[in-house]
Amino acid sequence: MELAFLIEKVAVVVILFVLTLTIAAYSTLAERKVAAFLQDRVGPDRAGPFGVFQPLADGGKMFFKEETTPNGANKWLFIAGPSLALLTSFLGSAVIPWGQPINFFGRIVPLQVTDINVGILYIFGVVSLGVYGIMIGGWASNNKYSLMGAVRGASQNISYEIAMGLSIIALLLVTNSLSFKVIAEQQHGINWNFWYQPLGFLIFLVCAFAETNRVPFDLPECETELIGGYNTEYSGFKMGAYMFAEYINMFVSSAVMATLYFGGYNYPGMDFVNQHLGTTWGPLVGVAVLLGKILAFIFFFMWVRWTVPRFRYDQLMNLGWKILIPLAIANIVITACVITFFDKF
Amino acid sequence: MILFYLVSLLTITFSLLVIFTKNPIYSVLYLIATFFTFTIHYVLLNAQFLAVVNFIVYMGAIMVLFLFVLMLMNLNKETEPMKSTLIKIIAVIAGGSLLVTLIGSFKQLDALGISTINKPEIGLVENLGKVLFSDFLLPFEVSSILLLSAMVGAVLLAKKDKTDNG
Amino acid sequence: MESLSGRKKVLEQKPMTFMERIYLPAIFKGMGITFMHMFKKKETTYYPEQEREFSENWRGMHSLKRDENGKERCTACGLCALSCPAEAITMTSAERQKGEEHLYREEKYAAVYEINMLRCIFCGLCEEACPKEAIYLDGPIVPSEFLRKDFIYGKDKLVELSITDLEAQKGVLA
Repeated sequence: MELAFLIEKVAVVVILFVLTLTIAAYSTLAERKVAAFLQDRVGPDRAGPFGVFQPLADGGKMFFKEETTPNGANKWLFIAGPSLALLTSFLGSAVIPWGQPINFFGRIVPLQVTDINVGILYIFGVVSLGVYGIMIGGWASNNKYSLMGAVRGASQNISYEIAMGLSIIALLLVTNSLSFKVIAEQQHGINWNFWYQPLGFLIFLVCAFAETNRVPFDLPECETELIGGYNTEYSGFKMGAYMFAEYINMFVSSAVMATLYFGGYNYPGMDFVNQHLGTTWGPLVGVAVLLGKILAFIFFFMWVRWTVPRFRYDQLMNLGWKILIPLAIANIVITACVITFFDKF
Repeated sequence: MILFYLVSLLTITFSLLVIFTKNPIYSVLYLIATFFTFTIHYVLLNAQFLAVVNFIVYMGAIMVLFLFVLMLMNLNKETEPMKSTLIKIIAVIAGGSLLVTLIGSFKQLDALGISTINKPEIGLVENLGKVLFSDFLLPFEVSSILLLSAMVGAVLLAKKDKTDNG
Repeated sequence: MESLSGRKKVLEQKPMTFMERIYLPAIFKGMGITFMHMFKKKETTYYPEQEREFSENWRGMHSLKRDENGKERCTACGLCALSCPAEAITMTSAERQKGEEHLYREEKYAAVYEINMLRCIFCGLCEEACPKEAIYLDGPIVPSEFLRKDFIYGKDKLVELSITDLEAQKGVLA
């Protein structure tokens, strides 16, 4: 492995890491701002102009707050829970292609940490691991509300993973590849997968809400019933880790949705822009476009959160098992039929 | 090669810990770690698809269900059921026979000589799919029917008996 | 059963139509409504800088009044302390000395007059009990503090400024 390659990868990883953290931190502010705007308020605006330093203040508070460990809690697992949640939330962004290969002082650098040819399955694996953070943390708290939250989180994640997987299978029939890089390249211009798989996207979107435990599917941390759910006993930085994990999950799932269904870094007229801006600035525009799509999705997550009330638990299970899974299977069948039809004639 | 020995050592350590820890929750967590080392083994063998599927199905789904059930039952040292001597003897016999079978199969492997595959990309999704849907189509479909019947059985078991509650 | 008032209405729950059951149109409608709220006028009052008008019967911080000559009205009769349901008021009375006639209206006055703002419930009974019209709850919101002892307001904070002081303050401002 040559040194330049190593440096290049490290640089991409570090930039991605910082970017993820920044976006997650500012998502906390954005969440409060969006909530405020949707409710005719102004939101936090005291720390800096328009409250831009609010995340720093929140972070500082979180670091210096007293951390309590409940009596009878399992010490190691109590720490392992939030750590695992944070770890698994970071892992997902490794396979997302952030842009076309960029010409960086004469060196072609691919804007992707790694292109494994089972990228989509990898995302699935990471998502399914994410539930361990919630489960372990909830169980280790030695508190029945936390345990209830953990159990809810686990069953919810397992249920919605199935529908998510099935909706992806229909997409794979269209793309013929499991690699994010290939899928992103296929959607050149405005040839986005969304036009071929609108139903699949809808199912994936609903499942993404459920997998990231966002309203209307935030039953694992449902305040009205479970106090705080799995994070009832957490305080200080461990609590912060859980919160951060949620926002990073939101970021990563937005990135996955943007890449799979909305063309990733592709936008109409990209060839024209690439010709005029060259191979250094052209791809950067693509990166900006992708970030714009991701931010739009994050806004959508928040918008839904402050509009739709929480589901009841049996409604959640009914939706997952009796509506989304049959829909996803129907979607696969229809897609397969249409593709076979077009291939034959 | 060093990596292989390191991962194998970890695998064996974790699997021993699965057996020797008292707390069933810890056992499950060590089992998850064991499966994770399996995943690494698969990656080392260049079987990416198997690695990821092992990751999703075993670590991500089945072990979550294990953990789920254990958490709901809330087994502690105090509530652990008493194990009678008979059960222990049965367990020893069962384990012993499994060991004998394994040793026997290893002996046969020696006799056959280690077969090597000289196609390194055999484990990739594309090749695997082609092989599954051409050479091994019948076993593949039969196993899918097996899974389907298991699913139907599970649904039937879980379904409420209508005559029971009127 | 026949209802006695004859006004009983049986709520009829119709089964949902298909459009209602797919649930999504309702969600999008709701999201449209919340989105429109982004462009509405904000209801926020930027509190320390901006203050909302108090209503006429607002009861805020207490003030001990002076009469038209700038003499303190309070005679330390203790009726306010007696009427206080939260027992927030304490006072020590003292006799007016020669040469203090311009300070206190009657022969007796409150040397110490303290209200514990953490106990006070702003009910206004002290105001009603006062025979001398010396105490009114006409001030602003009691500000927050970090220490409990800072909530015990003495005469320095309660007695309203005399006219000369007010004029002096105006002079500084002008």
